[in-house]
Amino acid sequence: MAARDVDVFSNEEKRILSLGGHVGFDSLPDQLVSKSVRQGFCFNILCVGETGIGKSTLMNTLFNTMFENEEASHYQNGVYLRPRTYDLQESNVHLKLTIVDTVGFGDQINKEDSYKPIVDYIDTQFENYLQEELKIKRFLFNYHDTRIHICLYFIAPTGHSLKSLDLVTMKKLDSKVNIIPIIAKADTISKSELHKFKIKIMSELVSNGVQIYQFPTDDEAVSEINASMNAHLPFAVVGSMEEVKVGNKTVRARQYPWGVVQVENESHCDFVKLREMLTRVNMEDLREQTHARHYELYRRCKLEEMGFKDAYPDSQPFSLQETYEAKRKEFLEDLQRNEEEMRQMFVNKVKETEAELKEKERELHDKFEQLKRMHQEEKRKVEEKRKDLDEEMNAFNRKKVAAETLSLSQPLKKDKDKKKIFKEEPMSSLAMAIEGSAFK
Amino acid sequence: MTTSSRYRSRAPRSEDGEEKDYVGFATLPNQVHRKSVKKGFDFTLMVAGESGLGKSTLVNSLFLTDLHKDRKLLNAEERISQTVEITKHTVDIEEKGVKLKLTIVDTPGFGDAVNNTECWRAVTGYIDQQFEHYFRDESGLNRKNIQDNRVHCCLYFIPPFGHGLRPVDIEFMKALQDKVNVVPLIAKADCLTPTEIKKLKERLREEIDKYGIKIYQFPDCDSDEDEDFKRQDKELKDSTPFAVIGSNTVVETRGQRVRGRLYPWGIVEVENPAHCDFVKLRNILIRTHMHDLKDITSDCHYENYRAQCIQTMTSKMNADKRVESPIPLLPLSTPNDEAEKLIKKKDEELKRMQQMLQKMQQQMHEQDL
Repeated sequence: MAARDVDVFSNEEKRILSLGGHVGFDSLPDQLVSKSVRQGFCFNILCVGETGIGKSTLMNTLFNTMFENEEASHYQNGVYLRPRTYDLQESNVHLKLTIVDTVGFGDQINKEDSYKPIVDYIDTQFENYLQEELKIKRFLFNYHDTRIHICLYFIAPTGHSLKSLDLVTMKKLDSKVNIIPIIAKADTISKSELHKFKIKIMSELVSNGVQIYQFPTDDEAVSEINASMNAHLPFAVVGSMEEVKVGNKTVRARQYPWGVVQVENESHCDFVKLREMLTRVNMEDLREQTHARHYELYRRCKLEEMGFKDAYPDSQPFSLQETYEAKRKEFLEDLQRNEEEMRQMFVNKVKETEAELKEKERELHDKFEQLKRMHQEEKRKVEEKRKDLDEEMNAFNRKKVAAETLSLSQPLKKDKDKKKIFKEEPMSSLAMAIEGSAFK
Repeated sequence: MTTSSRYRSRAPRSEDGEEKDYVGFATLPNQVHRKSVKKGFDFTLMVAGESGLGKSTLVNSLFLTDLHKDRKLLNAEERISQTVEITKHTVDIEEKGVKLKLTIVDTPGFGDAVNNTECWRAVTGYIDQQFEHYFRDESGLNRKNIQDNRVHCCLYFIPPFGHGLRPVDIEFMKALQDKVNVVPLIAKADCLTPTEIKKLKERLREEIDKYGIKIYQFPDCDSDEDEDFKRQDKELKDSTPFAVIGSNTVVETRGQRVRGRLYPWGIVEVENPAHCDFVKLRNILIRTHMHDLKDITSDCHYENYRAQCIQTMTSKMNADKRVESPIPLLPLSTPNDEAEKLIKKKDEELKRMQQMLQKMQQQMHEQDL
């Protein structure tokens, strides 16, 4: 057997043997189970819904524990994800439960970017797992798996149809995570309205191509119950941790003046169905789907991006290492080129700005020159006027002086004569005045 | 208690049955009553809030008619980028000879799109349009048939699923507080237990105060009313905002047929004051404060609008008539430091020249004398 090649084995037909007695490998599943129980299980839930719609209360009700939670405010200016990890134990099974809450979802006025933080978070968890997988020395068996196994999408009970934000968000999430839509606060919808509402929601999801999680029907043990549950989607749930006495039992319920809504009463709401499906029947399947379908899709896309291809059967198998090195070199070269470009741009910009500034300075100088010239003009005009004024003043002074001297030399003459003389001898007096002023 | 009974004219009679000096104007209220019945009333109510909060159902329950017979609701994908529309339904209803022309203004699409920035624009635009219409009619020459289409009251529906007011609620109410009487309501209140309702109401009142939103305040009752009335009034004021439930269907409970909602765990009666505040809302809106709402709309909101309108018109006219300044200003670009210094120096020289000129002028003036 040892001398034969591997190739020969694959051409042989597989033979089915029948056993002569009890060998004992039917205990393999039990060994697997005991190993898993020793290791502990891990489950991550993402709750997406508007503030105040009952996400925290439902989580409390589902796991019958009061997880500590403060009320979120409506005034966040963005959507944040808040992951919290808890260690739960039931009989001898340990569960590491992570509940991720979306804070501020649906509160902003512009909700176009609301889905981005959620998608980013899911991708980051996938990325972390991928990094761990690609490591040379890895600890996968010890790795705390934070990939989201299920997304519970809380729909507000308007009674008409999905909101536009719900549709947009679910479309973005359906290829990355298992989505189970639930109708929150279902005690506000009457039975007939609920029926119509569910039909409307499912038809809208189908017509928009949103792929929600379908409970698996290939396993005979659970196919029947899963198939019937699939027909009840989306589940209409009511959450409460308050205990109310009904009859002679104390149950978890909500007390109204007109009646008591019991959480675990199947005719009141679908909480029991959700719990069955989520925790008792399909938890393992959800984890498997996340790993086998959503994670693999992510991994394929990511690696294709990086340039890896699957080995064709007739070509040389690619070495991850070589491709990786080549990619790295390419990336570094790109980086350098970008840096050069940016530096060039920066230098150009500086030159441009300098040129602009110089231009501006010149303009300013020109304007200043112009102003100066105007100013000179004005000054000159003013000077001229001043000269004219001076001349007039002088002329007037001379006249005055002449008049005075005349009146002094002939004080007793009559006015008429004065005037006559004034008129008769204007030239001589003027001459005298000029002479007089010439001496000044 | 109807108004007519309060004002029944009583002629004061003395012991021997003789009428005193009775002028008779105590019958004025009766005359007003008669005339108003003849003229008929009109009322415009606006309902605003996200889809699916029960606005149409509540309006049907309030006025006991079915106003929205063939309504087409949009699918979610059609609503992603929906714009807000304004639709109007007018009905004429009559009760005991009193005619009411009721107009319901609906705002489908409000808050439904993914991006709701300024979605209240359409609403404020509509209200302003109605004011403008009335303003034009009022300032016109023929004022016989003025139609009053102004919005008298706006019922704003707050979803009960949250912890209080959301940013879009605050923005909307702030945009509308000066244009219309805003009455906030907690919609679909059958998803809240009595303790939760109380908590939410307190929260809402706190937040309304904190953000300074001016909602419609009930006028205080006169101090000479009886104690019972005052107590009722105080109860009323303490239970705002009202938590309401509406219903289109009639159910049978305790031997009576009432409007209600049938659940597997019980029946919610719309008109039961222990179940919700629908009765209080109806009383306020229709039975006691309808006219007060109309008064405040016309005295307060409309007058504000009118004053603003007139102010903008006159300031525009003044702006056109402004005299051109005689000195042409040289526009200076961003000055460098050097240029600034030079300019300053030149300025000073100019000033000195001006002073010298003035002195010379003065000298001449003195010498003239």
